[in-house]
Amino acid sequence: MDFPVVAVLAATLTIATPLVFGALGALLGERAGVLNLGIEGTLYAGAFVGFLVAARSGSLALATLAAVVAGALAGALMALLTVTLGVNQHVAGIGTTLLLVAACDFSNRQLFGGGQQTVTEKFGRLFAGGGIVAQYPMTYVAFLLLAPAVWWVLRATGAGLRLTAVGENPEAADTAGISVARTRWTALVVGGALMGLGGSFLTLSVLGTFTLDIVSGRGWICIALVIFGRWKVVPVVLGALLFGLFDALQLQLAITPAFGSIPNELLIALPYLVVIAALAVRGRGVRYPGSYLTAYRRA
Amino acid sequence: MTSGAAPLVELRGITKRFGSLLANDAIDLSVDAGQVLALLGENGAGKSTLTRILYGLSRADAGEIRIAGQPVTMTSPADALAAGIGMVTQEFTLVGPMTVTENLMLAGSPLGRIDRKAARARVLAASQRLGVPVDPDAVVERLSVGERQRVEILKALLGDCRLLVLDEPTAVLVPADVDLLFASIRRLTADGMAVVFISHKLHEVVDLADRIGVLRRGRLVADLPAEGLDPVAIAALMVGAAGPADAELPDDVVDEALATAVGLDGAAPSATAAPVDRARPAALEVSGLTLAGDPRPRLDDVSLTVRAGEIVGVAGVSGNGQTELVAALCGTTPATAGTVHVGGAEVTGLDVAARLKAGLGRLTEDRRGSVVLGMSVEQNLVLEDLDRFRTGPFLSRRRVRAHAEALIERFDIRAAPGDPIRSLSGGNMQKVLLARALERDPTVLVASQPTRGLDVGACQYVYTQLRALRDAGSGVLLVSEDLDELIGIADRIVVLSGGRLVGEVAAADATREALGVLMTGSREYAA
Repeated sequence: MDFPVVAVLAATLTIATPLVFGALGALLGERAGVLNLGIEGTLYAGAFVGFLVAARSGSLALATLAAVVAGALAGALMALLTVTLGVNQHVAGIGTTLLLVAACDFSNRQLFGGGQQTVTEKFGRLFAGGGIVAQYPMTYVAFLLLAPAVWWVLRATGAGLRLTAVGENPEAADTAGISVARTRWTALVVGGALMGLGGSFLTLSVLGTFTLDIVSGRGWICIALVIFGRWKVVPVVLGALLFGLFDALQLQLAITPAFGSIPNELLIALPYLVVIAALAVRGRGVRYPGSYLTAYRRA
Repeated sequence: MTSGAAPLVELRGITKRFGSLLANDAIDLSVDAGQVLALLGENGAGKSTLTRILYGLSRADAGEIRIAGQPVTMTSPADALAAGIGMVTQEFTLVGPMTVTENLMLAGSPLGRIDRKAARARVLAASQRLGVPVDPDAVVERLSVGERQRVEILKALLGDCRLLVLDEPTAVLVPADVDLLFASIRRLTADGMAVVFISHKLHEVVDLADRIGVLRRGRLVADLPAEGLDPVAIAALMVGAAGPADAELPDDVVDEALATAVGLDGAAPSATAAPVDRARPAALEVSGLTLAGDPRPRLDDVSLTVRAGEIVGVAGVSGNGQTELVAALCGTTPATAGTVHVGGAEVTGLDVAARLKAGLGRLTEDRRGSVVLGMSVEQNLVLEDLDRFRTGPFLSRRRVRAHAEALIERFDIRAAPGDPIRSLSGGNMQKVLLARALERDPTVLVASQPTRGLDVGACQYVYTQLRALRDAGSGVLLVSEDLDELIGIADRIVVLSGGRLVGEVAAADATREALGVLMTGSREYAA
């Protein structure tokens, strides 16, 4: 059988792109001690706001910027709830997701009457026809710019050191003169911006339109990937690629006649099952950041 | 370093109130460059509050802090660091998974690129210059307590530190590390550093301090040169009774019970200790108890016997297996090897509830972890023995209430049955736990740090109860870090070091010094 290896690998990178944005955004928050379960809603907000601005202004640059701002605002909401007000992180995150998903859904119905509108122009692929390297610009940004940048920041800068210190031992960071609140706010806002960007990839690069099932659990996959990657950039990115690979595989298998007898639903579930299996293996006995899920209050 | 006549750091009228408690009452205190000021006082006298204010960790309600004569506002540790004040708190503030170098470069690190190599070199240089040895590449969570403390001290000194505040630095150290610490302090003060040093250990204070400030119930009751004071004189200042004739003690400061807090009335409790008949039955028999650990076993072949009618003390520097021993005895952590018998019956494989039934009583180290904070006093009192208060499948509220009322009366608990246990003071909570354990008339009581954090009255209460239990024919295993307490109340004292029992002394022959030598693990000192 002639299996289209190149097409599957190219699709792997494309599928992994929003996961890299989302998971690295979540990683920043979690390294500072805050689990951002608002991620699903934030991806949604990025996708919708990007689409909305693109549809109304026709400018992809403006749309991308708007998605980043929307994500940053969603991160700020999480920060307000969990850092400033000390609300339980699970509740705040799920609440944020519910709020944002409903708000996008509502706005979409109000503004577009529920009908599917497409943007006049979406991002095209660079090096079209170039096989694996024929990717959207944001894919290049994710793998060649963002991932190395986050890796470098965490490893080699004072900002990274502060982030880790706040996440592991906020008292220690506080006594070292580092503001725990400011560090966490920054991590959540920057992380939210990355999530917003990841969400806009779905509308502005891939689909060119907004649908209600556009995110379909990618945020939760990102949360799992961060644990899978044990809060380290390289394994998180590898995890995103693993998910991407299996998703690309199932897409390919669904249109391969030899596999026609396998129910499509089962194939769609495949990458999610792989993530669950991977977590079951690698997620056991992990060492969570010391202040994970805990609001900091000076004694 | 001082400018003119102004002291390096001066506190004026510092006042801090927590609810109805006046933690610091208009405290005036100053320290000069090159000076060691020792702050003394019993638990809750306000020493930690004062130092936390000095370091910007909490804010005074009134009063001001002056540095070299200039008033400064301190709202965070960053302000204190900027003002040249460094502090090592009792709870270390190090980031466990990071290396020593990373921890030390944390304060004042830029947001941008950092140079680990240069930082490492700075750490090494500072470590040598200041005489505080550390390994820059070691991951902090793998270091010993003494090593972590040296990292803390170095961290405090790395900035432009002129005043170093040490909150009970020796509480967790073995004697050798204490010597090392004192050598460092002397070297620093010789270079013009000022040091504020909190301690409960009077002989240390005499050894090290130039001046002594004594706090009592939030008030500064004495501020004297250390020259010529001996531990007894200082203790007299702390208790506020007849001190040296010229002591600057306010007249209204009188409290006779305080001597226990400074460990000077050891003779009184031990007077009642009778020699134990070796033929008495064993209340608790532990044989070859081992708890595997990495890299060494956390408990290594521990064998000991507590006979009926005796109190056996377990001494040791914190973290040498005490917590593990108690956990293995109570059944919360299963031992890897060895056996435990209570009153002759083997309980080795049993769970906690079955051990309690077999006659094992316990007072665990973590008081707040031994009660359910969200429940009432009466509910907590019946928690370990619900079956007795059942009618069919239901708890009988009437019997629970009656039970609580009886115990409140008998153990003098200052609370109503329905009060939330969260609202009780440490001493009262300990009374509840004592009542719960003693009411079942245990064959042996395992008591871990039963007086930690309690005030003098509550300590005395615990001692009275433990002695009454002993006199009634039960065995008591008393694990404590307070050597005076052990010497005072136990009949025999065994010493844990590195998870092994390294010695045993009769309490009548025990001295702090002898125990101290054993605690560091030197077997040569056989008493």
